[in-house]
Amino acid sequence: MRSSNHGRGSDGVCQHKIPQTNTLTGGACMEGKRNAEKETKGKGVSRRDFMKFCTLLSATMGLSSSFVPRIARALTSSPRPPVVWLALAGCTGCAESTFRTTYPWFDQFLLDMVSMDYHEILMAPSGEGAKKSLRDTLQKHEGSFFCVVDGAIPTAENGVYGTVGGKTMLEVAREVCPKALATLCVGTCASYGGIAAAAPNPTGAKSVREALGVETVNIPGCPPNPINFVGTLVNHLLFGNLPELDQLGRPLFAYGKTVHELCQRRSHFEWGEFATSFESPEARQGHCLYELGCKGPQTYNNCPLVKFNEGTSWPVQAGHPCIGCSEPDFWDKFSPFYKPL
Amino acid sequence: MPMGQRVVIDPITRIEGHLRVEVEVANGKVTHAWSTGTLFRGLELILKGRDPRDAHLFTQRVCGVCTYVHSLASVRAVDDAVNVAIPPNARIIRNLLLGVQFLHDHMVHFYQLHALDWVDVPEALKADPKKTAGLAAQVSTAKKTGVNDFKAVKSRLQKLVDSEQLGIFANGYWGHPAYRLSPEMNLLVFSHYLKALRQQARTARLHAIFGGKNPHTQSLVVGGVTCATDLTADRIAQFQYLWAETMDFVKNVYLPDVLAMASFYKEWGNIGPSSNFLVYGDFPRSEKEPESFMFPRGAIFDKDVSRVEALDSGQVKEHVKRSWYEGEQALHPSRGETRPRHDSLNVDERYSWMKSPRYKDEPMEVGPLARILVACGKGHEPTQKAVDGFLEAAGMPMESLFSTLGRTAARALETQIIGEAMEKWIQDLVENLKKGDAKVHQEYEMPPESSGAGLNEVPRGALGHWIRVKEGKIENYQMVVPSTWNLGPRCARGKPGPLEQALVGTPVADPKRPVEILRTVHSFDPCIACAVHVIDPASNEVYKFRVV
Repeated sequence: MRSSNHGRGSDGVCQHKIPQTNTLTGGACMEGKRNAEKETKGKGVSRRDFMKFCTLLSATMGLSSSFVPRIARALTSSPRPPVVWLALAGCTGCAESTFRTTYPWFDQFLLDMVSMDYHEILMAPSGEGAKKSLRDTLQKHEGSFFCVVDGAIPTAENGVYGTVGGKTMLEVAREVCPKALATLCVGTCASYGGIAAAAPNPTGAKSVREALGVETVNIPGCPPNPINFVGTLVNHLLFGNLPELDQLGRPLFAYGKTVHELCQRRSHFEWGEFATSFESPEARQGHCLYELGCKGPQTYNNCPLVKFNEGTSWPVQAGHPCIGCSEPDFWDKFSPFYKPL
Repeated sequence: MPMGQRVVIDPITRIEGHLRVEVEVANGKVTHAWSTGTLFRGLELILKGRDPRDAHLFTQRVCGVCTYVHSLASVRAVDDAVNVAIPPNARIIRNLLLGVQFLHDHMVHFYQLHALDWVDVPEALKADPKKTAGLAAQVSTAKKTGVNDFKAVKSRLQKLVDSEQLGIFANGYWGHPAYRLSPEMNLLVFSHYLKALRQQARTARLHAIFGGKNPHTQSLVVGGVTCATDLTADRIAQFQYLWAETMDFVKNVYLPDVLAMASFYKEWGNIGPSSNFLVYGDFPRSEKEPESFMFPRGAIFDKDVSRVEALDSGQVKEHVKRSWYEGEQALHPSRGETRPRHDSLNVDERYSWMKSPRYKDEPMEVGPLARILVACGKGHEPTQKAVDGFLEAAGMPMESLFSTLGRTAARALETQIIGEAMEKWIQDLVENLKKGDAKVHQEYEMPPESSGAGLNEVPRGALGHWIRVKEGKIENYQMVVPSTWNLGPRCARGKPGPLEQALVGTPVADPKRPVEILRTVHSFDPCIACAVHVIDPASNEVYKFRVV
């Protein structure tokens, strides 16, 4: 692993204590290997599929193939790391996006990889039962659970614009996030405020960092590719720390290059071949969308590389300009979206 | 009048967004109910002054579960405002993407959001995998799973329980007397719960093929669609393949499960009633709207399916007297003046960020049941056939559709109806391409002043977007959303909304473990991010809030 040169400690996140010995990944190598192989059976996943996933993840994370067995081991550890997923002022798109993970499938993520102790979209109990699930985790696993947040935090008027279980979202986040091993912001809203914070920001919506003053790992995107979220967790399971982050808290393995740098239509840009309207012959030939407003040159993300939904496509492949959805303030900074940069 | 016991359920889980439900329980049944949306983001305020062409990108972020639908509703409203006729291929692709939305959304609703109301998960550990395989063969004619699959699921569940890390299953209402399935049925549906988690990710790929990604597809624009380079044989074949895979799941797993579960829970055909229904209609099959809609437009009152009234959209009014907004008067959305004002939560006064839409002053249920009933009333054959077949197989009368169970069944039925219709749409696209017509977009001029509307049917019901453009910018943007119809609070006259009405009479065996209430709430498939927003901000003044 490269050492960090982006103004952070090598453990990536300053304020959270990362255990030196990785208690989450379980025992010694040989034993771990046996467990991994044994445990992938009976999970409805073939060994081959599982290793394929591990290979893909290592590629996404920019690791050499020698890490593949270690990833496999990391994913089948016991006990599973507890996760509390807070859905705040958002649209649930980030939770939905995570359900689309295919390496591993979400049922594997949910049952075998982590212990999803609180997740309002999925959990069996409501009301008091749900609150108990949260309390239990905070008590039993203080300092060792991951807090995942989707959605911004409304702060105007002491946060009355968003409540859960009779508390404001601001109160809930203040209670939960500081107790976590690390807080992972999934999506642009939790990372930077997102659409709720777009002008005139009627509810005083803020990112988790800004609202609480805590360090967070930010996985922006509207919504982000699930592989970037899963990859971040895997990094922790594997190395015992979070991946290398940039100054905006983004994992470099996913957000280190611009969409433009990685774009399949880049050569058209170099040759000056641009689509001038959505019905132009150039649009049908897949030319560069820069003149139709593409924000790829100023957007850091790996969309063209990993694509979405099992590598099926990504917006520019579908002929639509990148709107820069993983950049801070993109709703204001990059709009009108169909105007060239 | 003796007061019953008040029970507050907050948060309601396994829904999109933030919902609180308060009920009064007397003699083991709900006597009154109040529904509260607890998040406000103010997207319409954010839209004001922006480029109309951008609106769909913003409105899509109303909801990531109903991803796509607010984007579609928006481009349709702006198409209308700029008066552009989209090319036939764009219409077909928009329909296909909307169809995918239904397939995906309904499947996820039944298994991930609703099933745990009916399935006692730990009970599945008592199941005999052999018997479960027998049951599976009985429930569905297609051989989908064998004894070893059920053994594997059972041991996986056992391992989860042994780990003492139950995750999302911790503190569930397990062992509650309202659970009625046999251990084998519990194991069967639980195994399909896991299967659905994979299938939904596969089905979402259908969105990505012509939409770039899912959630939040990105290929719609005012004037059509952008996916010109995806109209190739291999892309279409990929679409057909994944469509067929999805339909296999719908027909051989989803529908049979709903039918089999209905036989264990027949009394839920008499619980959670509703009587008025509203449908805008959708899936245009030509440029003629609403005549060419597959799901016809109309309204039904007092369960009278034989009399479908024509829709008069001028009769839609929104009430705010019981919501956290200024004002008391009920107004048509196009004239409404609305300013947020948070008071304390008091169910006798103001208690929700949702407003209460009414049609001819009545609360109207929207969504799958409404669509199924209006389509039957208008003589839509595939729908009539599907409904008759289901009722006969379940041994249930037509009357039982007006219920919690009816809503859940209607959702499954329309998944099949829409899915089957999509086959022809794919063929239509192929025929156009064979003729050399690959046009997917039509240019247009943005007039300095105009207005437009988009009326749609989306998984949760009737969805309307309205836009007013001035000096080329959004002067005003409004959305009236399905979950607001279904889950809104009382109106100015004190009449409860559809969920509030449906909950009355729902049994509650143990107020601390209100699984029965969740059944009725989930039968509406609430989506609260969609439901809560400001409508028609009338002025630029700084809002004044009264804060507790």
